[in-house]
Amino acid sequence: MTALEERAAPSAAPPPRRTNRVWALLRNSWRQLTSMRTALVLLFLLAVAAIPGSVFPQRAVNAEKVTEYYVTHPELAPWLERLGGFAVYASPWFAAIYLLLFTSLVGCVVPRLLDHVRALRLAPPDAPKRLDRLPRHTPAQRRAEDPAAVAAAVARTLRRRRFRTVVRERPDGGWTVSAEKGYLTEAGNLLFHFALLAVLIGVGFGHWYGWHGNRILIAGADQGFCNSLPQYDDSSLGPRVRPSDLPDFCLKLARFEAAYQPDGQPKTFSAAVTVSEDGGPDGLRSFTVNDPLRLHHASVHLIGHGYAPILGYTDRYGVSQTKVVPFLPIDGMQTSEGAAQFPDVNIDPKTDKRDPTLQVGFEGRYLPTVGTDGSATSAFPAENAPALFLTAYRGDLGLDVGTPGSVYALDQRQIATGELQNVSGPRPHKLEVGETWTLDDGTKLRFLGTRPYATLSIRYDPTQSLILTGAVLGLLGLMLSLAGHRRRIWFRALPAPADSGGGTLVAAGGLPRTDYPGFADEFSALVKAAEEGTP
Amino acid sequence: MAELSNQLMALTVLAYLVAMVCYAGEYAFGDRSRVGRAAVRPARQMVGAGAPVSGGEAPAVVVRPERRGEWAGRIAVGVNAVGVLLHLGAAATRGIAADRMPWGNMYEYILSATFVASAVWLGVVLRRPAVRHLGLFATLALVVLLGADGMIAYTPVGPLVPALNSYWFVIHVSTIILATGIFLIGAVPAAMFLIRDGYDGGKRRFPYTLGRNVPAAETLERLTFRLHAFAFPLFTFGALIAGPIWAEASWGRYWGWDPKEVWAFISWIVYAGYLHARATPSVKRTAATWIALLGFATMLMNLFGVNLFFSGFHSYANPGGM
Repeated sequence: MTALEERAAPSAAPPPRRTNRVWALLRNSWRQLTSMRTALVLLFLLAVAAIPGSVFPQRAVNAEKVTEYYVTHPELAPWLERLGGFAVYASPWFAAIYLLLFTSLVGCVVPRLLDHVRALRLAPPDAPKRLDRLPRHTPAQRRAEDPAAVAAAVARTLRRRRFRTVVRERPDGGWTVSAEKGYLTEAGNLLFHFALLAVLIGVGFGHWYGWHGNRILIAGADQGFCNSLPQYDDSSLGPRVRPSDLPDFCLKLARFEAAYQPDGQPKTFSAAVTVSEDGGPDGLRSFTVNDPLRLHHASVHLIGHGYAPILGYTDRYGVSQTKVVPFLPIDGMQTSEGAAQFPDVNIDPKTDKRDPTLQVGFEGRYLPTVGTDGSATSAFPAENAPALFLTAYRGDLGLDVGTPGSVYALDQRQIATGELQNVSGPRPHKLEVGETWTLDDGTKLRFLGTRPYATLSIRYDPTQSLILTGAVLGLLGLMLSLAGHRRRIWFRALPAPADSGGGTLVAAGGLPRTDYPGFADEFSALVKAAEEGTP
Repeated sequence: MAELSNQLMALTVLAYLVAMVCYAGEYAFGDRSRVGRAAVRPARQMVGAGAPVSGGEAPAVVVRPERRGEWAGRIAVGVNAVGVLLHLGAAATRGIAADRMPWGNMYEYILSATFVASAVWLGVVLRRPAVRHLGLFATLALVVLLGADGMIAYTPVGPLVPALNSYWFVIHVSTIILATGIFLIGAVPAAMFLIRDGYDGGKRRFPYTLGRNVPAAETLERLTFRLHAFAFPLFTFGALIAGPIWAEASWGRYWGWDPKEVWAFISWIVYAGYLHARATPSVKRTAATWIALLGFATMLMNLFGVNLFFSGFHSYANPGGM
């Protein structure tokens, strides 16, 4: 741009050239976008746009609550879905706001960075013609020494106070001293904003290349878990992660311990797992709530726990099956709900055929401590007086249809259509550990005990350290930018007219470049120090 | 010990109330007030009754302004200091009763945050007696917040859930409590600046009439900025660095858009907006200060609203959260 103007200037009458409208529009839009006012508006839009995410349930935070919301607000929910109300922070309009904001930020800080680099390389500018127009100034005062000596002394004082100082000689024999301080303020400010960019980029890459999954891991060597997608209860891979990229490790829950306060508040949890990484030997490692298990390319977090009753079912032909079924806690006292499904039972050994109407399922609650008040909820989270309360169903469990259903509940549609029938009456049957329940058709269910399970969140996020570094640098920059002040000081030493007695007339001016209430004091202290020649 | 903490809490509120009354006394009868000035005015008017008076002559007969207001102010600061000590006592005994830092649930969190607010306020008023006229409003805010805390958020003493058993808990929560306290007290000069500014601008309707006796608009505005500029990096560290570090260790993700996180994010953005607006010459100082007050509103939402309206990972008050 500047080169163009220089060339255009000498030509006597350049043809009037109309600015390209599209170009002008683009340029004006860019200027508008990178203005502070727009940035402020975008900031507030971002704050406002974040609110719905706290009001409506978010699928990424708690998918079950979204399902619940669909039930309680059947009319509103589909509309919210369309507007991205259940995934606010992944919605296009949220992204639009922060991308615009960061574009505006780039458009603002990149030129400022260039300016600052230039300012760092250039000497502080020469004194303005009229120092008395500056916010702070002192009228000229006479000093006995000659201008060069005065300027040198003043410069010494300023340099001692860590001002960046330049002394210039004027053609008329006078000297000026220009000094500037507070470069770190702008540097910190820029550091803060670039660190924000780094954090955003880190978050983006972390989303692309990270993955996480949840898995309920029941204690016992027969219940191991190896890191592959089908073994997760739910999982989500970043767009750039293929299932084969998952690191190779296997976990078995060796031990899980929970301790509680007398009122049922949890005190400590700890889990011990045998781990084998990359096909290596097993090693026993413990971890707990705030101290995850750090593997090479994943970390394993303990985010919940519960009980898995062990149920043995003996069918009409005397064939037994044993299942360990995790029940999900529904309150802090570990009242748990779940279902045990036995699809492959009552197979006639003569025909070897499965009768789909003779499948068996049980649904109900597990109470680790049955209270004395007869309530249907547990009185304490540890297993002091455990019992199962189950309802038995017989018929078609609906597992053969192929639609994935919950393993924690029976298929309610099958019950509604009568394909699956309640065979134990309206009241759930109570089973204590070791007890056997004989159903109406003579088949038996035995409650053999429970095993603890741990809910594990297994994650990998490659950019966490980048984000942390960015955040810490950002904080550092923020503190620098809030603590510092940029200001310029000028002294001008002119030879006093000979008829007035000679010597030097010294005037000073100061310009705070940021809001700096203490500048007046600093300026007068500086002028005083310069007068007295003290450092 | 828990009982003692509750009694100290009641005494704290009482002390702040008494301090508030004393501040109000100074506010009403002090030398900045109309009553105080009225004591001066008759003398002036007598001098000026006959002929126009030249500037230098006016203060010839000036009655000493009422000293009562001055004394009320001093007593107020004293009572306020007692209140801060009681407040500290309430928080400390609560911590001793629970055998941990007193910030394990919402009640304790607000108790601690208001203590910081109160201590910062006392520090400001001791260093700069000129802003003592704000005391009425500062103690009013404290009484309201503490009262709301005791009535809405009271929780019996209990131990921490395991997820809180981490040194990051201490770092995260203590810095946030500090920042919150300073933000909360920063809202007082912010509001008073707006009132004073409106008063200086000639507005004489109700809230602006309060502006008559408070310190100069510029002083208030500067105080607002300094408090916010101090609290902002603390909040950044507590909410956006220490919090995520702990969340990563505890839940596996550094940021999960939990309602508390969402509102911390919103508060952070709004306060960032305030700092930007204040640094921008084209934005009026009153507009910037409104943004600071908006930040205060989001902070209140974070303190009370999020715990009451939404459930999330940060709802530690109810048992069983892991």
